[in-house]
Amino acid sequence: MYIYDDYDQRIVDQRVVQYRDQTRRFLAGELSDEEFRPLRLQNGLYIQRHAPMLRVAIPYGHLSSLQLRKLAEIARKYDKDYAHFTTRQNLQYNWPKLEDVPDILAELATVQMHAIQTSGNCIRNTTSDQFAGVAHDELLDPRPWCEIIRQWSTFHPEFAHLPRKFKIAVNGAAEDRAAIWVHDIGLNVVKNEAGEIGFKVIAGGGLGRTPIIGSVICEFLPCAHLLTYLDAVLRVYNRYGRRDNKYKARIKILVKAMTPEVFASKVETEWAFLKDGPQTLTTAEIDRMQGFFTVPDYTAFAGDDVGFVQQQLDSKAFARWVERNVFKHKQAGYAAVTLSLKKHGAAPGDASSDQLAAVADLADAYSFGELRVSHEQNLILADVKQADLFELWEKAKAIGFATPNIGLMTDVICCPGGDFCSLANAKSIPIAIAIQERFDDLDYLHDLGEIDLNMSGCMNACGHHHVGNIGILGVDKNGSEWYQVSLGGRQGNGATLAKVVGPSFAQEQMPDVIEKIMAVFVENRLGEERFIDVFDRIGMLPFKTRVYAKETA
Amino acid sequence: MARIIKDAAIVECDAQLLRFSDDGSFAELPANGLVIVPLAQYLAQKAALTSRGDFGVWLAADDEPESLGADAASLALIAVEFPAFTDGRGFSIGRLLRERFGFEGELRAFGDVFKDTIGYLKRCGFNAFVVNSDKNLEDALLGLNDFSEAYQTGFDQPLPLFRRRP
Repeated sequence: MYIYDDYDQRIVDQRVVQYRDQTRRFLAGELSDEEFRPLRLQNGLYIQRHAPMLRVAIPYGHLSSLQLRKLAEIARKYDKDYAHFTTRQNLQYNWPKLEDVPDILAELATVQMHAIQTSGNCIRNTTSDQFAGVAHDELLDPRPWCEIIRQWSTFHPEFAHLPRKFKIAVNGAAEDRAAIWVHDIGLNVVKNEAGEIGFKVIAGGGLGRTPIIGSVICEFLPCAHLLTYLDAVLRVYNRYGRRDNKYKARIKILVKAMTPEVFASKVETEWAFLKDGPQTLTTAEIDRMQGFFTVPDYTAFAGDDVGFVQQQLDSKAFARWVERNVFKHKQAGYAAVTLSLKKHGAAPGDASSDQLAAVADLADAYSFGELRVSHEQNLILADVKQADLFELWEKAKAIGFATPNIGLMTDVICCPGGDFCSLANAKSIPIAIAIQERFDDLDYLHDLGEIDLNMSGCMNACGHHHVGNIGILGVDKNGSEWYQVSLGGRQGNGATLAKVVGPSFAQEQMPDVIEKIMAVFVENRLGEERFIDVFDRIGMLPFKTRVYAKETA
Repeated sequence: MARIIKDAAIVECDAQLLRFSDDGSFAELPANGLVIVPLAQYLAQKAALTSRGDFGVWLAADDEPESLGADAASLALIAVEFPAFTDGRGFSIGRLLRERFGFEGELRAFGDVFKDTIGYLKRCGFNAFVVNSDKNLEDALLGLNDFSEAYQTGFDQPLPLFRRRP
């Protein structure tokens, strides 16, 4: 993984000093609420429903065990002994004291971490594939490119106060696991006819109140030109993005208003002035960055581990966990493991200090001391020997992180909702928990197969409900909480937006509604067909009819 | 006399910033003294201003530096208004004036300018700052030194860190 040098460390240390002074001036009344707000937001500090919330950056979701232990320690010392992993591969503390944040940042800086630009109207943490570097379907490891973007975007002087937040995702594999079509900029690694590697640039995607699938604005951008091109895109957005209405300020609105073609040509014109300038990446820099993401010291195996194959035959529970939570590795004899933070009955994405520390130990014991966070809010050990999987499974079970539900309906993507977030119109965690409890029968859950259930407590869509096969959106109706259900969304390749089924439901109806949707699915399913494929085949009507049918006596 | 930050020092400044009246009219220029006129007025009155001398031009956040274009190189002072510090359009204007249109004179930021923005402004080519009147000027000056290093190119450092790392 990337290791700071003196320059990186100095920038982060100086940020701590700067933010400490900003906090001091705010508390001394030298900065007004209105002035401090954007400053603290650019450092990930929200004032939430119950307390401040601090969002810590986990660049492209990569962590060392040392860093994770520090995060656990901070949760213990400054918060209520737990933390929450977000859909942007970041980590949130829900109960820090505003006065303590400078000290928290100073502690983070000792392990090369920070909270820079995790919120506010600036370029946010770049997200990527949680299986970067180990995925069997990968064309190019996106991590060096994410780090290049991280450095470029950190305190970018021209883009510190954009019209709105700005999110970039990079995918280097055949299957998009970074949701590039619903980002402000999505970068997809591609190979051109000459066999050269470059980026397909997608702009203007996003969820929230106006969900839009992004448009391709450049079919092939040679890698060396990445930063000058990003500068051009951001400059066009910074100058022409709407600032009169925050709901219309995202780049997606600009791209749509201009049309993608005109937007692309504006960028092209701007880029002509920047192309080949000093921000053009050098081979030395690309090599340097790639040097941080080399393959670890793998043991050479000829094929699958014999014991591992046998263990799956011997234990149905283990086999089920392997089927759901173990991802195919490009290195023979290895596997990438997803630790599920979606134990039934627990808040999705939450982990206690003890669990965090225990996972750090697992990373040290089984995965070269490194781990990743997925945008589905789970943790990944990316380099585990197949021979160690059984032992790892038992240890993960002991800390509650071995629920075999990755990709299944109870692997809910869920924002913190009205229990924590001051933006939310409705709670989301209790709904997720109620649904998990209803579908607690693992055999049934596995039979249902892959279903993305995504839930947001408000239309800001932190829970990505628009791209869930089943999406749930909390809405406010005359001061009470209701839930709008949508169907047919998908993330990844060929991303589509879900369509609303109809009028919203009360909280207590939700498990029943999901059960009826499942009943329609099961009745219409051919063989092992996935939910989304059934939906595409039969359409909305059968689902709609069932969920709104009057109960007959 | 108003005090501003210029070239990292606090200096006196008696420039008069002139605006259009609410009815869209523009008052007579004072006979002498430094005046800073709106971009539109400069474009309309270029010859008269040039013969008068001792003037600068100011741009609003939504003004297009392109409309000044090559003229920028001949001006001694350009000011850019920041209606709110969270309005970052002026950052791009600064860079375009400096890096594309060859402006070498005094580039002055005014409006909602204070300690927490002037570091970014400096990196976008501004060398003079009219700090918001409710803020401490000495304190703001310190904001120029919050960071001793930056990753990206800027007007103050045209080479990105990756070209400077040993």
